[in-house]
Amino acid sequence: MASDLSERQQSAREAIEALARADTGRLLGALVRDTRDFQLAEDCLQEALESALVHWARNGLPTAPAGWVLQTARRKAIDRFRRARNFSRKAKEYGLLIELDRETVESDESPAIPDERLRLIFTCCHPALDAKTRVALTLRTLCGLTTREISRAFLDREEAMAQRLVRARHKITRAGIGFEIPEPEHWAERLNSVLSVIYLTFNEGYSATAGPGPLRHDLCLEAIRTGRLMLELVPGDPECEGLLALMLLNHSRAAARVGDQGEMIALDSQDRSLWNRDEITEGCTLLDQALKRARPGLFQLQAAVSALHAQAPSHTETGWSEIVLLYEAMHRLSSNPVYLLNRAVALSYAAGADAALIALTELEAELSGYQPFHAAKADFQRRLDRPEAARISYQRAVDLSNNESEKAFLHGRMVSLGAQD
Amino acid sequence: MKYLALIYAAPGAGPDYGTPEFGPYMDGYRKATETYQRDGVMLAGEALQDTSTATTVRVRNGKTETMDGPFAETKEQLGGFYMFECANLDDAIKYAAMIPSAEHGSVEVRPIMEIE
Repeated sequence: MASDLSERQQSAREAIEALARADTGRLLGALVRDTRDFQLAEDCLQEALESALVHWARNGLPTAPAGWVLQTARRKAIDRFRRARNFSRKAKEYGLLIELDRETVESDESPAIPDERLRLIFTCCHPALDAKTRVALTLRTLCGLTTREISRAFLDREEAMAQRLVRARHKITRAGIGFEIPEPEHWAERLNSVLSVIYLTFNEGYSATAGPGPLRHDLCLEAIRTGRLMLELVPGDPECEGLLALMLLNHSRAAARVGDQGEMIALDSQDRSLWNRDEITEGCTLLDQALKRARPGLFQLQAAVSALHAQAPSHTETGWSEIVLLYEAMHRLSSNPVYLLNRAVALSYAAGADAALIALTELEAELSGYQPFHAAKADFQRRLDRPEAARISYQRAVDLSNNESEKAFLHGRMVSLGAQD
Repeated sequence: MKYLALIYAAPGAGPDYGTPEFGPYMDGYRKATETYQRDGVMLAGEALQDTSTATTVRVRNGKTETMDGPFAETKEQLGGFYMFECANLDDAIKYAAMIPSAEHGSVEVRPIMEIE
């Protein structure tokens, strides 16, 4: 009997974890809409999930688990409103919840869950929150990651991450960040903020600016999942398509990018047979679809660069001249010296390292504190057979890097320079 | 919701009285205020005298102490404010961005706390 109970508890726990992963975005979206209070919605959802553990272990799973959780969470909210000191201010929301609960009881069916995830993601990615908070809140709210998982991804203390999330939810409510789809005049800017948050999440996993390993797959996969969701919510948007294409195309190289010892492998030495063909095909299809809409944007252009790499039979047989043009187009859209640095790297293969080194000199003032600038410079100098100058540049790049496998990679290049002497 | 837009700028950062830029600058304020009134969002709005005219008041052990000048010397000083009534933060930011001093100083937008 006891083992029977623990078995049922175990299966209830697993069902709840799966539900939290799959349905947190929908459930929170509905609850924020009903209560107009982000933190309250989160607290009520957590209480409902705890309650589910007790009830489901005793009685087995309900027919519509997500609906059960929504109804329970709404009742938790009703309870909280009743107990609240400032009850009168919440009278409208209270009335709505009572009404929704009555409808559910009368129809004798679990409540349908409205899809408010688009409003939710626009709220989580509001520019009035700082960038890291936007990423963390999106992972927690839309992707259903636990606070512990997010703090691990950021190498933060769990307590600090929990506080950051609570502060953000309170700010949303108290500062009056609307639970709204942005007006047309703000649409482009706000959508870009959402897409940037998703890409930041991806890059945090892909480049892992801090920590021992060069890749954190979980963050990459979450970002791709959120990218898919965004495209589902805003179908036909070329930048949404471009972003998803970009992430898939970059991620297609994930397996070839890290060696057996966890070391980073540069594009020119990767085993291209390890590239994920499915991701490349899906990425290229999405990109073609986006480009046909003739509304170019930064994500589409970056995806186009990634696609040229993905389709090239080898590093030398890559469309480098096209890549040079793509980076120039990016710089025209949004002036940024990093695009020009990437352009210089492409130029070094299209026209030669000497031309690229000249292009770099114009960027020195702006990028002298940026590790990739010195890594690129070192590479050009190495190829021009100037080992002494290259050594100095590699050392500068190593000094500016925070990532162990990146440091090891740069150091390896520096040492191999010595071997040629 | 009510929002207070606090206008901060470093002394001398904006156009000085008597320069050709001063007229258009004040005109900017006039136009912004007109927009706020036309849209029905303006509850109040005032400019403050220079911080050299400020007196800081503290009560310690029941005794009132006064000090000349602002409490702390900061580079950017509070020069004025608007109070808006807006539907949400996005609208408050939109109106705050019309304040001419935002171009050389900064505007802090703070929601007013509602106390029952």
